[in-house]
Amino acid sequence: MADTDRHPLFMPLIALGGLVFGFGLGFSHMARPEVVLDFLQFEDIGLLFVMFGGALVSGTAYFLAPKLLDGPALTNRRFERRLKSFDNNVLVGGAVFGVGWGLSGICPGAAYASLGVGNLPILWAIAGMFIGAYAQGLWRSRDDASDASPAGTD
Amino acid sequence: MVLDPLPLQVFAEYFPNGIGRYAVGGLFVGLGAGIIYLGTGISAGASTFLESTLSYASGRSRFQQYVSSRDWRVVFAASIVAGAAIYSLTLGDGFRYSTDVQVWRLFVGGILVGVGTRVGKGCTSGHGICGVGSASRTSLVGVATFLLVAIGVAQLVAAIGVSP
Repeated sequence: MADTDRHPLFMPLIALGGLVFGFGLGFSHMARPEVVLDFLQFEDIGLLFVMFGGALVSGTAYFLAPKLLDGPALTNRRFERRLKSFDNNVLVGGAVFGVGWGLSGICPGAAYASLGVGNLPILWAIAGMFIGAYAQGLWRSRDDASDASPAGTD
Repeated sequence: MVLDPLPLQVFAEYFPNGIGRYAVGGLFVGLGAGIIYLGTGISAGASTFLESTLSYASGRSRFQQYVSSRDWRVVFAASIVAGAAIYSLTLGDGFRYSTDVQVWRLFVGGILVGVGTRVGKGCTSGHGICGVGSASRTSLVGVATFLLVAIGVAQLVAAIGVSP
């Protein structure tokens, strides 16, 4: 990955983006598992506006940036859409994630934000996420010969 | 709070907290991802942090492939915590929120989320915000999959009387 040629403002910009991102998760109350569970049970479907509102704003950036700018100012990357190859993993992994999300009401970004609004019990969920990520890494490293697939950024 | 448009009042039953909180929060979430994309060309998702951070502790190739991005992912995740803390201390309830959802649900759900987002190539921010924003068909299928399954599971868990 050609990330070595970074501008000094690279990290500050990542931090700024993360602050705004986390502020939004706090403001929307998506950092509260109860609110997510209410959404999934159709008791308060306002959360739709978080996902699709967010996608609309980021989608505008994805649409306009390649047209208006030569390239990102802080890296030597190019403006590309976030496209992942489709295979059964998308369905299997999506379903497993869905079971976890429906059971707990938490997803990764919202879990970090939940810590920021003072929710200490969320550490159980974050610990679980690391254990799950580690377990799948061990499992998928078994046949390491085919483990040379390119890294993703999501 | 932002005033809700008239048509939504017809469906007020489904929006007991209005839409202002959600719409404004969503705009900030999209703006955060947009800022990073415009400056760096990176699609910032939240779940890769789990694997990339494990590369500090494990030499497995599965985790080591993220070594080049692990430092900024730590900064991104820490900033999400800090951004939510800024909300909580200014407009929120001052760092006093604590969930009532039972610990076993958080822990078991967390494990499944950890496995699922990594196998499924993304989470609600990677697939949901950046992928849908990119009009990626893979991400649209991914979002539809985890959304439908989560709705089914949440309804089922509520139906058998688990609360909260």
